[in-house]
Amino acid sequence: MKNSVEVKNISFSYGKTEILNDLSLDIKEGEFMVLLGPSGCGKTTLLNCIAGLLDLTDGQIWIEDDNVTWKEPKDRHIGMVFQSYALYPSMTVEKNLSFGLRMIGTAKDLINEKIKKAANLLQINELLKRKPSQLSGGQRQRVAIGRALVRDAKVFLFDEPLSNLDAKLRAELRYEIKKLHRDLSNTMIYVTHDQIEAMTLADRISVMKDGLIQQLDTPKQIYNKPANLFVAGFIGSPSMNFLKAKFDQSNQNLIVGKKQIDITKYENINNLMNDQEVVFGIRPENINIEKNEHSIQCKVELVEPMGADTLVWTSVEGNPISIRLEGSSNFNLNDEITISFDINKSSIFDSKSEERI
Amino acid sequence: MSTIPKGPRPKHLTVGRIGLYCFIIMCALFFLMPLYVMIITSLKDMDEIRAANILNLPKELSFYAWPKAWSQACTGFVCEGLKPGFVNSVKITVPSVIVSVALSALNGYALAFWRFRGAYFFFGLCMFGAFIPYQVMVYPLLKIEDFLGIYSSLPGIILVHTIFGMPILTLIFRNFYASLPIDLFKAARIDGGNFIKIFFYVIIPMSTPITIVAVILQVTGIWNDFLLGLVFAGRDNQPMTVQLNNIVQVDYGVAEYNVDMSATILTSLVPLFVYFISGRWFVRGIAAGAIKG
Repeated sequence: MKNSVEVKNISFSYGKTEILNDLSLDIKEGEFMVLLGPSGCGKTTLLNCIAGLLDLTDGQIWIEDDNVTWKEPKDRHIGMVFQSYALYPSMTVEKNLSFGLRMIGTAKDLINEKIKKAANLLQINELLKRKPSQLSGGQRQRVAIGRALVRDAKVFLFDEPLSNLDAKLRAELRYEIKKLHRDLSNTMIYVTHDQIEAMTLADRISVMKDGLIQQLDTPKQIYNKPANLFVAGFIGSPSMNFLKAKFDQSNQNLIVGKKQIDITKYENINNLMNDQEVVFGIRPENINIEKNEHSIQCKVELVEPMGADTLVWTSVEGNPISIRLEGSSNFNLNDEITISFDINKSSIFDSKSEERI
Repeated sequence: MSTIPKGPRPKHLTVGRIGLYCFIIMCALFFLMPLYVMIITSLKDMDEIRAANILNLPKELSFYAWPKAWSQACTGFVCEGLKPGFVNSVKITVPSVIVSVALSALNGYALAFWRFRGAYFFFGLCMFGAFIPYQVMVYPLLKIEDFLGIYSSLPGIILVHTIFGMPILTLIFRNFYASLPIDLFKAARIDGGNFIKIFFYVIIPMSTPITIVAVILQVTGIWNDFLLGLVFAGRDNQPMTVQLNNIVQVDYGVAEYNVDMSATILTSLVPLFVYFISGRWFVRGIAAGAIKG
C-alpha cells in the first residue's frame, strides 16, 4: 500500500533545545496512526511539523507524494483538530465550518452542501446557528472535527482532541472518531497521552519518548510484546509488574531474591546468558491464583474492587505486585495466596539496555 | 440564646468596612469639589462672583457665560468662542485615533503571532518608545515636518499624534493578542488564512474590548493634548485646549471667571463623556489583557 505521509529524517529544535532528532516515520494511506507518549516527548511537535505550523531544522515532509516541506499549512491537504477546540468565537458554527471554504472562494451552493453533509455525519444540525460559547465541550469538539471534514482534507491531524472532556464524553467521542475513520477511511494522525485512546483507535501506535520513537507497531504487539522497559511500563493500566532477577541457565530459572521463577516456556530463552541481570515483566491479568510446582506464596496487602475486575496487591521479595482478578472474587487483607505467572505472556528485559529479550 | 449556624453567614458592619466607606466618600468629595465649584461659578454672574463666596450656590441662575464661552469669547484676536476649536479638535482627533489604533492593532498582531526575526528587539524598542518623554522629540520632529512640508498643518498634527500613540498602543494590542489561544491562529492558518485574511476575519472580530480601551486612551490623550497642538497644528487648526488657554489667559479687560469655568467644562466634556459611556468596557479591556503580558 502506498504511503500517505512520509516523515524523512526530520530534526526540530527551539533555539538550542533539540526536540526531534533525525526522526523518520511512514504512514500508510488510510491508516490510523497514534503518536503516544508522556508530555514533553515531542509528539505534538511532530504533529505541528507535519501540519507545517513549525519550520523544520532539517529533513523533509511528504504528503500524498508531494514534498510539502516548504509549503504553507493551507496547501498541505490537511485538517487539524485541537485540544482547545480553537473555534472562532465570533462566528456561528456554520461560519466556523465554512471558514476554510470561504477563504479559497468556494461557491455558496457547494459550501452549503458540504456543511450539510458534515453536520449530518456529526449530528450537529441543530447547532449550526449557535456561537461556540453556547456549546458544550463535546459539541465544540464535534464542530472542530466538522471543520476538518468540510475541507476534504486528505490527512486528519488530531492534537489530543479529547483531553479536555470528561471521561464519559471522551469514551463517546472516541467511539465516533473510530466510526468516522471506518466510514471515511482517510489517513489520520492522532496525538495523545491516553493509552486507552491509543489502543482503541490505532491501526499502529508509535510510542515516543525524548523525541525518539521507542516502538512502532500494532496495539496488540505493543501491549503483548513491548520493545523495551519504557514501553512496557507506559502501556497498560494498572501497569505491568516488574521484578529484578538473574538468569540461572542450569535450571532455566529466574532468581528473584530467594524465589525462583521457571521460564522454560519463554519464547526467546535461548537469547539469555547465564547470570544475566534482567527485569522480569508480567501484566496483572497474566498472574493466576493457582497452586503448581512453580507457584509462589504471598499475602494480600490491598484490594481494589473496580467493578468488572478486582485488583489485588501483594508483594514478592519486597516488590509490589498487582493481580487482576474477576470482579466477583473475594479476598481479604492478609489472606495467604499462591500465585503463578503465565510465562508465555511475560516479557524479559535486559537490565542494562532495557531492551526486550 | 445563641442561634444555630444555618444558611448564609450573617453580614456584620465591621470597623474596617466603616473606615473603608469613610475613605471612599472622602476621596469622592475631594475630586467632586472642584467640579462643583466650576459648575456653580459658571452659573453665577460677575457681581456674585466678586462677592467671593466660592462655595455658595448661585442666588440667581445666570446662563450668560455658556453661550459666550461657546461662540463669543475672545481667543486672541478673534472672538468666536470655543466653537472653531471644537471643530479643529474633532478634525485632529478622529483621523489620529483611527490611524493609530488601526496600525497598532496590525503591529500588535504581527508581534504576537508572526514571530519574525528580531521581533523581540522591536518589542523592546516599542517599550522604550512608550516611556520617552515626548518633549525630547518635539524639536527634531518639527524640523522633519518642516522638511516634509507638512509642518503647521492638519496632516502634520495628525502624523505627530499617530506616531506618539503607536508605541503604547502596540504594546497593549500585542499583550492582548498574546493572551489569545495560539491554537486559534494555527487553525486559521490551516483553514487557508494568510497574514491579512486572518487579521480581518479572525483577529479583528475578537478585538472589541481592547480596541475600545485603545480608543479611549487615544481620544482622551489627543483631546487633552496642549503642547503638540500648540506646536504642530498651526494657527488655523488650533485645538480646543489651545483656544481655552487663550480665553483664560486674558491680557486686557476683565477676567470673566464664569466664562472661563464654562469654557473649561465644555472642553473636558468629550473625555468625560467617553469615560462615562465606556467605563464598563474600559475595566473589562484592562482585565482582558492590557495589564497581563
